[in-house]
Amino acid sequence: MSTYLDHAATTPMAPAALEAYAAALAEVGNPSSLHTSGRRARALVEEARERIGSALDARPSEVIFTSGGTEADNLAVKGTFRARVAADHSRRMVIASGIEHHAVLDPIEYLVAAEGAAPSWLEPDRCGHVSVDDLTATLARSAAQAALITVMWANNEVGTVQPIAELAEVARAHGVPFHTDAVQAVGHLPVSFADSGVDLMTVTAHKLGGPVGVGALLARRDATLVPLSHGGGQERQVRSGTLDAAGVHAFAVALDDAVRVRDVEAKRLGALRDRLIEGAIGLDLGITVSGCWTPGDIEGRLPGNAHLLVPDAEGDSLLYLLDAAGVEVSTGSACQAGVPRPSHVLLAMGYTEREARGAIRVSLGWSSSDADVDAFLGALPGVVERARRASQRAR
Amino acid sequence: MTARLRVVAAMSGGVDSAVAASRMVEAGHEVVGVHLALSQSAATLRESARGCCTIEDAGDARRVADRLGIPFYVWDMAERFREDVMEDFVAEYAAGRTPNPCLRCNEKIKFAALLDKALGLGFDAVATGHYAQIVQAADGRRELHRAVDAAKDQSYVLGVLDEDQLVHAFFPLGDTTKPAIREEAAARGFSVAKKPDSHDICFIPDGDTRGFLAGRLGEQPGELVTTDGEVVGTHAGAFGFTVGQRRGLGIDRSRLDGEPRYVVDVDAPTNRVVIGTAELLGVRQITGEHARWCGPVPIGTIRAGAQVRAHGEEVGCAAYQGPAGELEVTLDAPIRGVAPGQSVVLYDGTRVIGSATISSTRAHPQSR
Repeated sequence: MSTYLDHAATTPMAPAALEAYAAALAEVGNPSSLHTSGRRARALVEEARERIGSALDARPSEVIFTSGGTEADNLAVKGTFRARVAADHSRRMVIASGIEHHAVLDPIEYLVAAEGAAPSWLEPDRCGHVSVDDLTATLARSAAQAALITVMWANNEVGTVQPIAELAEVARAHGVPFHTDAVQAVGHLPVSFADSGVDLMTVTAHKLGGPVGVGALLARRDATLVPLSHGGGQERQVRSGTLDAAGVHAFAVALDDAVRVRDVEAKRLGALRDRLIEGAIGLDLGITVSGCWTPGDIEGRLPGNAHLLVPDAEGDSLLYLLDAAGVEVSTGSACQAGVPRPSHVLLAMGYTEREARGAIRVSLGWSSSDADVDAFLGALPGVVERARRASQRAR
Repeated sequence: MTARLRVVAAMSGGVDSAVAASRMVEAGHEVVGVHLALSQSAATLRESARGCCTIEDAGDARRVADRLGIPFYVWDMAERFREDVMEDFVAEYAAGRTPNPCLRCNEKIKFAALLDKALGLGFDAVATGHYAQIVQAADGRRELHRAVDAAKDQSYVLGVLDEDQLVHAFFPLGDTTKPAIREEAAARGFSVAKKPDSHDICFIPDGDTRGFLAGRLGEQPGELVTTDGEVVGTHAGAFGFTVGQRRGLGIDRSRLDGEPRYVVDVDAPTNRVVIGTAELLGVRQITGEHARWCGPVPIGTIRAGAQVRAHGEEVGCAAYQGPAGELEVTLDAPIRGVAPGQSVVLYDGTRVIGSATISSTRAHPQSR
């Protein structure tokens, strides 16, 4: 029986969502069909839209279903950029934090390479925070050239939570559309689309107990987006393709549950996380926690995120040894063909490549328990000692 | 009787390493599959299967590991590979020599960087899909021997391994022929059973070594001269030539005597490529450096068989390691086209004695 501590990658489906998913998958019906089965499927989709809107404080019409977070990020970044450039050719600047997920970074880099976008990076501090003053200064200089701003709500590697409402307010004052990738935030932090003031928000089901392959872009009704895929005109003509009725239904069930218990669950996870971090630091192996962590803080840092730096060890050795001991964690950074690279997030936060090499992300979720933390802390000393030996030999 | 060992199976994504891994599993060892990422751009996806390091290769290796039910990881050794193999390869050619990067990779990567990391992580050994045999001698030493399939024998590229490395090495395919390995792979249901063999240098997938070198070293126009010093043509860089090479010289044979001409010397300092007739290619005396012994260091002059290229013939010789560590090899019969930079591997019957990198050659035996 393995100890699963990689909930930020994906979390097990919640039993209620799994049941709802299986039941809905058994029903026939294309939500766009006009007959009885089609209408029944359509009703399931629209009910899901309402529940998701209600859980995230958005209007149902603001929910655009997608295949997940990556598609929603691509639609937000490319779709907004293209719409803004079409309306005014001089607006080519994309303002983003340097610690975005690749689903945001890579579309920006694509737009820079292929469509003449000019990036402007907001560099985070050592905690991973983007400064509101930096955004204010950037917009004071070049709001007229700005196509969009994108800053993630909470970072997937180090768990840092950004001052999204304040950033969005600055953006709004300058009339520049603001997107946030809230994939890691929803279900763990209080997230209100309406109150946040953002124009666009990415959410996904599988990080909160729903199925993989379904997500949504929340888009204010006045947001203009050039579609990425053309076809049947579903989802406000912005995202064509037959709707995944069972998927969005299960997404709604999972989101509903996650948001309903969020308050209690966040405190529970925060306590587990604090015990895990304190335990790891207390081993006196030189382990530190990256970013900024204060015991009890479940608003400035994701309650389920522990991101540890182990000096003189390689992240992939730590991962292998923990895996062999039945404990599943991540190095947190993006992989290319299974090869971990030093995290761009840690590098942007000012860590050296050497420091970044020994990083592991331990992320907790709804099925995590004290026993999981015990298993991790029990395995860690032997694992660190071995990984350090491997790293010394390989030098 | 055999102890259960913890073994890293190096899995390239090819058929050989797949069967090697499965044989280690079947022998009862605790096996973990490791694919080495050796390319700087791990995201390349080539059509052919003749490389070492594409996404497709990593995926093929992963699927074999899945079938075997063993854990699988990708270890990034691209930086070490670039430094120890690719840069060495380019530097050797730039110096007018002809290196064998597979030997370097076995010495520096597979049985050094990979083995060291594996040992550090608590493994006992590394298994690869090389065609060679390890034989336990009466005194307990592990000896490296040729594979039974002479056509596939890869003991030559393993001739750089020392005793310590051999202690931690397994070559499970050495007792089987290649066709039988393919049959075994098919019988095990491996998707890679029919995957073509890799022939080229893995980091030059299109086989255009001269183009690869030109990309690294730039064009360096120079002269093509005869052994008498007569200029008979030009070239774009002496690094593109190898002693013994006949094709691609771009000379007008009618200006000579109609006899075929070969590269007989590559002089890097003057960027000159010297050509001559076939009889100038015969080599009887080889001096080697960087000697590596697979077992005890030989004392005095020994009789051995010498092989100077991966699938070349073996020629009888007398070999002697001098006081400065240099290896002197006197061949019983001349071998044609021996280039500095190649390795000479010495055999005693099927057993590999050791190897050295050829630093110079002479047409006539050295009198000692």
